[in-house]
Amino acid sequence: MGIVLRGGRVVDSDGESVVDVEIGDDGRIAAVGTGLVGEEDLDCAGCVVAPGLVDLHAHLRQPGDEEAETIETGARAGALGGYTALVAMPNTEPTTDCVAVVEQVRALGEPAACEIVPSAAMTVGRRGHQMTPMGELVDAGVGMFTDDGTGVQDPQVMRRLMEYSTGLTDRLGHPVVLAQHCEVTALSEGGYMHEGAWSSRLGIGGQPAEAEELMVMRDITLARMTGARIHFQHLSTGVSVAMVREAKAAGLPVTAEATTHHFTLTDAACACYDPVFKVHPPLRTDADVAAVRAGLADGTIDAIATDHAPHTVHAKERPFDQAPPGMLGLETALSLALEYSGLDLSGVLAALSWRPAAIAGLADRHGGPVRPSRPANLCVFDPDATWTVSGRAMASRSANTPYEGWSLRGRVRHTLNRGEPVVVDGEARR
Amino acid sequence: MNSSTGWDHGVGRHLLGIEGMGRSDLERILEVTDRFAEIGRRPIPKVPALRGRTVASVFFEDSTRTRLSFETAARRLSADTLTFTAGSSSLSKGESLRDTVEVIRSYGADVLVIRHGMAGTPHRVAQWTDAAVVNAGDGCHEHPTQALLDAYTLREHRGALDGMSIAIVGDILHSRVARSGVLAFSLLGAEVTLVAPTTLLPPSLEDWPVRVSHDLDDVIGSLDACYMLRMQRERHDDGLIPSLREYTADYGLSARRAERLPKDALILHPGPTNPGVEIAAEVAAAERSVILDQVANGVSVRMAVLFLLLGSVPDPDAVAEAN
Repeated sequence: MGIVLRGGRVVDSDGESVVDVEIGDDGRIAAVGTGLVGEEDLDCAGCVVAPGLVDLHAHLRQPGDEEAETIETGARAGALGGYTALVAMPNTEPTTDCVAVVEQVRALGEPAACEIVPSAAMTVGRRGHQMTPMGELVDAGVGMFTDDGTGVQDPQVMRRLMEYSTGLTDRLGHPVVLAQHCEVTALSEGGYMHEGAWSSRLGIGGQPAEAEELMVMRDITLARMTGARIHFQHLSTGVSVAMVREAKAAGLPVTAEATTHHFTLTDAACACYDPVFKVHPPLRTDADVAAVRAGLADGTIDAIATDHAPHTVHAKERPFDQAPPGMLGLETALSLALEYSGLDLSGVLAALSWRPAAIAGLADRHGGPVRPSRPANLCVFDPDATWTVSGRAMASRSANTPYEGWSLRGRVRHTLNRGEPVVVDGEARR
Repeated sequence: MNSSTGWDHGVGRHLLGIEGMGRSDLERILEVTDRFAEIGRRPIPKVPALRGRTVASVFFEDSTRTRLSFETAARRLSADTLTFTAGSSSLSKGESLRDTVEVIRSYGADVLVIRHGMAGTPHRVAQWTDAAVVNAGDGCHEHPTQALLDAYTLREHRGALDGMSIAIVGDILHSRVARSGVLAFSLLGAEVTLVAPTTLLPPSLEDWPVRVSHDLDDVIGSLDACYMLRMQRERHDDGLIPSLREYTADYGLSARRAERLPKDALILHPGPTNPGVEIAAEVAAAERSVILDQVANGVSVRMAVLFLLLGSVPDPDAVAEAN
């Protein structure tokens, strides 16, 4: 007998029903039903009980930039946001491009409030030239490779990475995922926001949508050539979404994510010159926001990711060109998805939980249906609770949320990590 | 003077840009400038209006001309001046922009006149300080006092800008002079044509009150004023034009091309000129060139701006109340 999640509405990939969920001492779901008795009840009245959320794209800044975030604080922010697994991006210092750093990230993640899933760089130092020891990294359990922050610029290097990755499927047990940050830097260089009417008016150098779209186009072409499994990170333009839609229709093994900020904010936000709105890829136009929502609606975009990117106040007070790109996301993603994605509840959970869990190769323990014997990685949220965003009140070490002062609907009440309540009544316990 | 609309770019507490200002705001400044131009013609061109106030020039980017113009304006108003230039600063020691601004404010600066290489930096500073902020040029964005002095110069020669046809020629993309000029000239009733190769135009001109031409010869015959922008030599290295030679041939104001201007058309340039690149030396020195008037009017306009931001009495010959 353990904890019972009582009185909630269970929503998972099988459907929904009003039942209690009993968690066993082994961290797995012991029983699902009515009238269950446990040692401790967690009140779930009025709440949705769902598989924990999975973020394909979190910058946890450790090792290297612990002033901005640590794995401990990032995971706490994640748990408060309903996440039970975070894929950690490899743009750490040193770069996560070898087994030693992967093991360090994993060890730091061991006591954290979420499962920390290290991804590794595709190229050494994320410099875009030499392949990382992908076989060795696969043997260490890495399933996703990315140079996130920059895309691999050289098409020949990318082709070789794709080809090489296809030979590692058996070693990993499923295809290796190459996740690309699509940006042709020759076109985006000198750009700090979306190139268009607003950048022209504000006198800020722009990054054209085509800088993203050219690389999406190239990688679809190379995926067709090599059969590699490509995941497109943070799609932000209408044309990118259309190309991925077409590639999927043609049967290519591609998936895609969109961030919460790319379906809630536009480039007009940069008019105040506050670099809290500076992000790569940049905030785009109303039409792009609509296209991203349409991509979510028809499944072209599989997953909603955060691209959680903490930066210190000091860093974000630099002039717009010098300030680092990125914004917080883990504690606002669920609320924003519920209110602004255009998806229904089941669609939101598919995009935040079971689809990203499948893409990251975590389906054995995250995102699965709420059934007996499944690992108890669960989140419980009140879809009607309203709250006001405050960067300072967040668990993240940084406060660079672009939603400061927004009133949002939908708030996490409890989060269970392998059966352990790491968030109870909206308070972090780890 | 203008209401704050989320981004207060006009002359309210600050002068951050022409954007956000209305025609009456501009006219008010130009009228006040008339009074300071008169003061400038006195044997001792100095009034006590801002005695006891401190104007700080905070220049993160080199600009001797603009800085001297502001400092001259401040001294003619009897204000004290402080000068900060990035070369002599502790920014190289890692001091942040915000710290720098707070230190200068703590020396008692009432106005921060800011020049910075990046768009929006004065706007950010304005969010952090209770001093008044004047944008003395922010990257490729705005240079509002330049547009004001240009408008004042045109008005001085023509009475009003209404109905004037003004071409702004050259590197519009990188020009804060052009951005502020377009807004100010069109607010005052002029019709503005931008003349440049496509690579030197902003990527989008949506909502800009301008016409565009790639052919200076096509528009030159009907202009009331031809505003030549300085051509940075590095634009060639940036791959934006094939060569300076081709640029000069197509967009330079040669003596021969200048002959096709209407007789009373004016020639403007923000200075410093690149003789033989965007403008021929003899054209810059010609009678219809008002380039030196622009420089002189710059001081009067800046006196008016500082006075309007800080002066609490209507008469510049009186001393502003210390507050």
